[in-house]
Formats: sequence, structure tokens, C-alpha cells
Amino acid sequence: MTSRDTIFASIRRSLAVKGDERIRASIAEDRLDRSPKGVIPARAQLDAAGKLRLFVEKAEGVQATVARVASAKDVPGEVARYLRDNNLPAALRMGDDPRLSAMPWKETSIDVEKGRSHGLDLSAISHAESAIAETGTLALVSGHENPTTLNFLPDNHIVVLHAADLVSDLETIWQRIRKKFGKGEMPRTVNFITGPSRSGDIEQTILLGAHGPRALHIVVVEG
Amino acid sequence: MPRPEPGAKLRVALFATCLVDIVRPSIGFAAAKLLEQAGCVVEVPAQTCCGQPAFNSGDRRTTQELALQMIEAFEGYDYVVVPSGSCGGMIAKHYPELFADDPGLSGRAEKLASKTFELVSFLTDILGVMKVEASHKGSCTYHDSCSGLRELGIKSQPRRLLGTVDGLDLVEMKDSEVCCGFGGTFAVKYGPISDQIVSEKCANIEASGAKTLLAGDLGCLLNMAGKLSRMGSEIEVRHVAEVLADMANEPAIGKAGEKTA
Amino acid sequence: MSSRPTSHTFKDNAAKAIQDGGVPRALKNVRQNFIDKRVKAVEALPEFEALRESAKEIKNHTLEHLDLYLERYEQKVKESGGHVHFAVDAAEARAIVLDICRKAGARTVTKGKSMITEEIGLNAHLEANGVVPVETDLGEYIIQLRGEAPSHIIAPAVHLTKDQIEADFRRVHTNLDPKRDLTEKTSLLTEARTMLREKFLVADVGITGANFLIAETGTSVIVTNEGNGDLTQLLPRVHVVVASIEKVVPTLEDTSQILRVLARSATGQEMSVYTTLSTGPRRATDVDGPEEYHVVLLDNGRSAMLGTEFQDMLRCIRCAACMNHCPVYHQIGGHAYGWIYPGPMGSVLTPSLIGVDKAGHLPNASTFCGRCESVCPMKIPLPKMMRHWREREFERNLNPAVARYGLGFWAFFAKKPWLYRLSTRLAAKSMKLLGRNKGSFQSLPGAGAWTQYRDFAVPEGETFQAKWKKRAAK
Ligand code: SF4
Repeated sequence: MTSRDTIFASIRRSLAVKGDERIRASIAEDRLDRSPKGVIPARAQLDAAGKLRLFVEKAEGVQATVARVASAKDVPGEVARYLRDNNLPAALRMGDDPRLSAMPWKETSIDVEKGRSHGLDLSAISHAESAIAETGTLALVSGHENPTTLNFLPDNHIVVLHAADLVSDLETIWQRIRKKFGKGEMPRTVNFITGPSRSGDIEQTILLGAHGPRALHIVVVEG
Repeated sequence: MPRPEPGAKLRVALFATCLVDIVRPSIGFAAAKLLEQAGCVVEVPAQTCCGQPAFNSGDRRTTQELALQMIEAFEGYDYVVVPSGSCGGMIAKHYPELFADDPGLSGRAEKLASKTFELVSFLTDILGVMKVEASHKGSCTYHDSCSGLRELGIKSQPRRLLGTVDGLDLVEMKDSEVCCGFGGTFAVKYGPISDQIVSEKCANIEASGAKTLLAGDLGCLLNMAGKLSRMGSEIEVRHVAEVLADMANEPAIGKAGEKTA
Repeated sequence: MSSRPTSHTFKDNAAKAIQDGGVPRALKNVRQNFIDKRVKAVEALPEFEALRESAKEIKNHTLEHLDLYLERYEQKVKESGGHVHFAVDAAEARAIVLDICRKAGARTVTKGKSMITEEIGLNAHLEANGVVPVETDLGEYIIQLRGEAPSHIIAPAVHLTKDQIEADFRRVHTNLDPKRDLTEKTSLLTEARTMLREKFLVADVGITGANFLIAETGTSVIVTNEGNGDLTQLLPRVHVVVASIEKVVPTLEDTSQILRVLARSATGQEMSVYTTLSTGPRRATDVDGPEEYHVVLLDNGRSAMLGTEFQDMLRCIRCAACMNHCPVYHQIGGHAYGWIYPGPMGSVLTPSLIGVDKAGHLPNASTFCGRCESVCPMKIPLPKMMRHWREREFERNLNPAVARYGLGFWAFFAKKPWLYRLSTRLAAKSMKLLGRNKGSFQSLPGAGAWTQYRDFAVPEGETFQAKWKKRAAK
């Protein structure tokens, strides 16, 4: 008997499973099929403006900074301002997300480098797949458009969020993912990010910038 | 549980608990007085122990025997009232569990459980008592004993009634909901740990500035009084019923001396 | 660590912790922090209680169908290009992980925080076989430098003060300027970040645990604040997830229900900083991520807990709320429990995993104050299960003889009301006589364990039942 068999046999013995399992199996199948939602907090069930207000409040509450711009073409200007105000070099790493690539970076003095990070970049920019108003959380998915290394290696992470992609809750994100990738399928990585990296391991004092980014700047494109 | 008809004389069995029986009968009399003032007919059936020490020591057989003895002695009354959250909780919450697999007894255990109450919550929640005729000079602080608080939801009831005691100033200690470290046999089996917990509790009691410590469970009271006494503290320790019944004239728990007027 | 539990000497461990004083002192500074933050987070979410119930029901349902959801999970991992390994016990899990490391030619492995790898004693095994494990969670890194086990399941170094950590860094980071300024906590953090960044970049294998395994999609989930777990699983060529079988949940929706109670109960956050869902290895469209993705599924006694009175314990999501609120844990810290799972959850789980004969003290060392159960997001009846252990010990005669005799003696009287009345009257009277003129005994024959620490109130002299009879006769 393989270990796999041993474990399954032991589970079934403990659960006293024997004979016809069709009903049991159909109960599990059904749950996987229907994926019932459970309890959804009322907090974020708001109109678009309300969701954005809540998102900003929640994100700032966990030490992210948020800027709002009217349209995608305003993003490079805002990023340039952010880098300048924080005394950061005008250099930025990004993947090849078409939405980011289409922005007028040339109009700024920012040096843009494409591709994954190897740990030498001070600042990177990603495009969010979506975001959650309930908790001020960004959702990013892996791929060459927005490599996951950009979310963790640079000291400063800038994330662009289209206001139209902002949703109330995690459950809505699951629906979007299913629609985009297919039922039961996932991108390699989904990163939910709620504020910059932190640790409380030294006497439970919260310190920012443990291993991931020390700063998280969110640029919301409203138009 | 619905409130009884107004004017109906309730036959209430008082289960004093073995600790009260042996160590501090005054609490039993205070409980009886409060119940009688509220219009109940109080009886004290022959009683020993609810079985909690055996239960918590893993001796299920003995627990069942003692529980059965309790059921037989107490099931004939309208209500069973206990001046202790932990013994009250034992009957109200754990008796049904004990006999869950025994169809002959589970119904009887359930029934007894449903009419068993801790004293103060019985007065307020069942009898609708809003105030007491009592006076007490000086400040008191109230410790929330664990079983009463978490098994039976006793928190506001004693404070509400204490608020109607003439002259009594109720001050809250820090962490009134944290265990005093008694835990029955825990206090003797794990003495050093229990001692740390009760020391911290007593420091909070002292820091509250209250002259009197009150609680609803004699086990916890003996633990805290014992530690306060060892620390040389002046604080008086009493069961909450003694104050509510205006019977705080016995020497406080662990204190020597004549009755105070 | 896992190979040599010291739970059997719990009493001595606890006494030592108390005598040292350092642990209770360190804990005193931080424990209120956990408690206050949790209350604030819970109060800010009106649906919290409903979510607790929902989370509990999800896990109950999952456990009842565990074989089916595990099968689906396994199938989905394979479909996404990952490998699934089953390990009956700790030794097998260690061997599997070592084998993966060897095949990858690994010299250094980075590790995200994982209680399961503590449970199987992975680090010692890797080291003994020439693979260097590097803990990357700040707390885990600190205790690894000290050669200690974690004293808390989410804050492994909670028993240490800043000064102790500073001393350790100076002792170990010898390539740095000995005169550097480490007075600020942030400078300690920065130093660890710098030291560990190098390790992340050179590690060949990254090992993490998992907070959830999602059957619907074959996804493993880690929930962290530092980002070390992500760097661990993202940068090396091979990612190994080590998780126990009860981590599985059916769907994405089920995951989000439990996520809502997890961080709030653990740290009082609404969401931890990083919640990361990983499904399989690097794909054709990826420019980063591990080339191999392995999951090691550990049983180690859990399947045998199903269908018993301990099944509810398998709902545990390792949030640590129970120990954060435990008066016993507060006084003695985590190490006294003698194995990797401390506090109330450990007192239930440890006897299941290492045997009640070795861990028999743990379920007894509780006042049954019930605070753990009242804060447990999964509504696990911890005191009740500790009582079940006590029952098993009683049945197997594992209790100390004194406790048994003391109790039996009491029960003998309590079972006979007439004898009880007679003897308690005598006892109350004689104690009153013995304590004449005194309010309390400073010592009392037969009650030394009590009077060693506190006085015992002298009884009033007559029993309540006898007095009541007299009153009634009047
Ligand atoms: S037993 Fe409950 S409170 Fe304790 S760690 Fe597990 S889930 Fe959290």
C-alpha cells in the first residue's frame, strides 16, 4: 500500500465511509460546482463612489498612499511626482502590461526598464487586476505583463488601479477570475496586497518594510 | 424561559454548593433571603456536591452518579437556584452532555438544566428584580468569575443590582474578566502557575482602590481572599449575595473578629 | 525539536519559566496588544459572529468529506503541473523534502514560517544531510539564531526582548561593524532584511507551509505580513509546500469566509498584508516563479482524529487567539508546554500527536476559564476537549495517584448524603476550632499545596444545611 492509500483508507475508516458513496460524492461535487458565497459583510456593498471612498480609507489605514488621477495618461506625471517627492531616482521597473506600456512615459524623465526584477530595482510599477473596497486590498496576477517579483523585491511598489476594476469584496474577484481563466482554473499566482510589508516580531512593535516593499503607492485612474 | 406569573409562589430549591455548605453558610442564608424577598418559597433539599470536581478530573462515572443524585433530589421544584456560576453552569450546561447517550436520563437532565439558574441572574432575568433593599459603605469592585461569565452570560446583572445598593460605589478593576487562577484542582495541582495568576489578579484588585472585592463564586473568592490575606491586604472579600441581601455583617472571608453591626 | 518533546516535564518547565521571570515579563508587554487589537477588529465588523459560524460550518463540512476534497485537490495540483506527495508521518515527510532538495542539488533552502515543518523537525534533518535551511520570517530567523523553538505559533520570538535580539545579532552577524548602532528596533529589522536578502537570491529551494489548500483549483494559500513567504516561494527554482491534510477547503468562496476571521483573530488586522494564492509552477507566459512546484501532504495522526471527540480540533486555523488570551500561557510562555504547539490549542493537539502519556500534563494545566473558546474563530470547544483528554487519562489510570485518591475520597462522601452531612459538620466544626480567633489558616494539614501560596479562610463552624435545619425547626 502506498502512503497515499494508507492515508485515504485511514480517513475513510475514521469517517466510517463504506458502500455506496454516490450521495456523499454528489454533496461535495455540488459544493464545488455551486461555490456558495456565505456571509458577505455589508460594509462594502456600495455604489462606485462609495466603494472608492472606502477603498482609499482602508488602504490609507494600512499605511499605503493613494493618489487619484483623471485618466491613464496622467499616471506617468503622478509617478514622477511621487519619485521626486520621496527623493527616489527617476527609474522604474515594469512588465509588459499593455495598459502600462501605452502610458506616455517619454513625457517624463523616468528611466523605464522592462521585465522581471532581480532585486536591484528601487522602484517598480504594476497594474492591478482588481482591488477590494472592503479591506483596501489590491489584487495582482502573475504573468509577463506584471511579473510577481515586482510586487516583492523593490523597496517601493507603485500599483495602478482602474477605478472600474474596483470591486466590493473577495467574492466578486473570484467571479472575475472564473470568467477570465475558467471555472476551477487559476493564474499561477494571485497576490492580495494590503499595505506595505511589515513585521511585529520585535516586541510586537509594527515596523514597515520587513522583506517586501517599504512603501506602497496606489494610483487610481478614475476615467 | 418565560417569566413566572406575577403573584405565583414559586417553590425554589436552593443548592448551596458544597463549598458554601462547609466554609461559608452565610452565603446560603443571603441567597435564601434574596429569594424570599422576591416572593419565592425556599427549600433546601438534602445535598452534597454537583460533581464538578470529578467531571473536571475526567471521572465521568462518579460525575454521573453525583449528577443523578442531584437530579433526584432537585427535579421536583419549580426552579433550582445556585449561588455559584460554576456549579450552576455544571448543572445547566454539562448535565445534559453527561447523559446525552442515555435516553432514560437525558430528558430528566435536560429538564433540570432548563430550570437551574445562578442566583443573581435568576433574580434579574427570571424574577425581574430591579433593585435591592441594602446599604453598604464604601467602594466595591466585582470580579467576573469565568463560568458565570462565559457559560451563563453573567456580567451586567450583578452590576445592575449593586448599582441599587445604598452608599455602594462600584469601581471596575483592570481585567475583571480574566481568570483568578483558581480552576478547582488546578490551584493545587499547578500551584506556582495559579499563584502567578492570582497575584496578578490581586494587584489589579488593589489598584482599583476598592475596599471590598465581590464575586459570585466562593471558589474564586477563597482563592483571591487567601492571596490578599497572604499579601497582608486590608481588602474585604465577600460573595455578592451578602451585600445584595444586606447581610455583610459576618466577618469578611478569611477575616477574624466579631460580627460587625 | 520535534524529536525530543519535553511536555512530560511541564511542571518543571513552567516553574523554571516563572522563576526566571524573563518570559512572563516579555509577554506582559505584548499580550494586551494582541487582545486590544483583536477586540477592535471584531467590533468593526458586525458580521463577525456570523462569519465565525460560517467558517466553522465550512470546516465541519470539509472534514466530513475530507477524502473527496483531498482527491480533487490532488487532481487539480497535478493538472496545473505540480507534484503531490503523501506522508503518513513526520519521518516520511522529512525524507520526501530531503529527496526533493537532493534532486534539485540544493545547498541552501529558504523557509517561510511553517508550523508543520516545525512539527516534522525538518531543519535538523536537512542540516544533518548537508542542506542548510534558512528561516526567513523575522521571528523564526531570530529563534533559529538562538537554536530555540518558537514559543508562539504566529509570533515565534514573542518571549524575547529587543535587547536579547540585539545581542544575538551582534553575536552572529560578525561581518558587520561591531560598533554599529542598533538601538532602534528598525535598525534590527533593516539588518535582518539585508542579511536575508542575500539568502533569498541564492537559495535553490524554497519551503513554505500553507494556510489553506483549495480543492476547487489546486491552490495553496499563504497569509503573511513580511513578504518573506512570497520571496521564499517565488525566487528559488523549486517551491515545496508542506501542509497537513486538514488544511484543505472546498472553494475560493470558502477560503474568503475563513480569511475574514483569520487575520482579525490573529493580529487584529482586517487582512494580513500578503495573501498569496499559488497554483502550480511557472507557466509559458511567466518570466518569474518556480520551475517546480511540490506539495507534501502530511497526516501524522490527523486522519485518526476524525470521527473521534477530537475531530473539532482539526478546524484549527492556527491563529493563536487562544494562547493570546490564555492566563496560563501568559504566565509561563510557550516553551514550557514542551513541544511546538503551546497554549490551549497545543494542550488539545499535542497529546494527539505525541501521545497523552507524554503530554498528559497539558490538558490538565488549565483552569477551564473558557476564554480560549470564547475567542476561537473556529469555535473549537477547547476546554471540553481538554476534559476529554482528562477522561482518557482517568480511564487509563494516568493521573497522579494523589489526585485520584483525593478525588475518590471526596466522592465517597459526596455519594452518601447522610455520611456527607455528618462528616462535613465535623470537618467544619473542627476546622473552626483549629482556626479559633483567626480568620485564615497560614498552613493547614493536608492542604499544603494550597497554603504554600495563599491562606485558607477558616470556616464559619456550622454547615449551611445544619444551620438551615435549625432555622426551619424554629
Ligand atoms: S484553537 Fe482556535 S484560537 Fe486557537 S489557534 Fe486554533 S483556531 Fe486559533
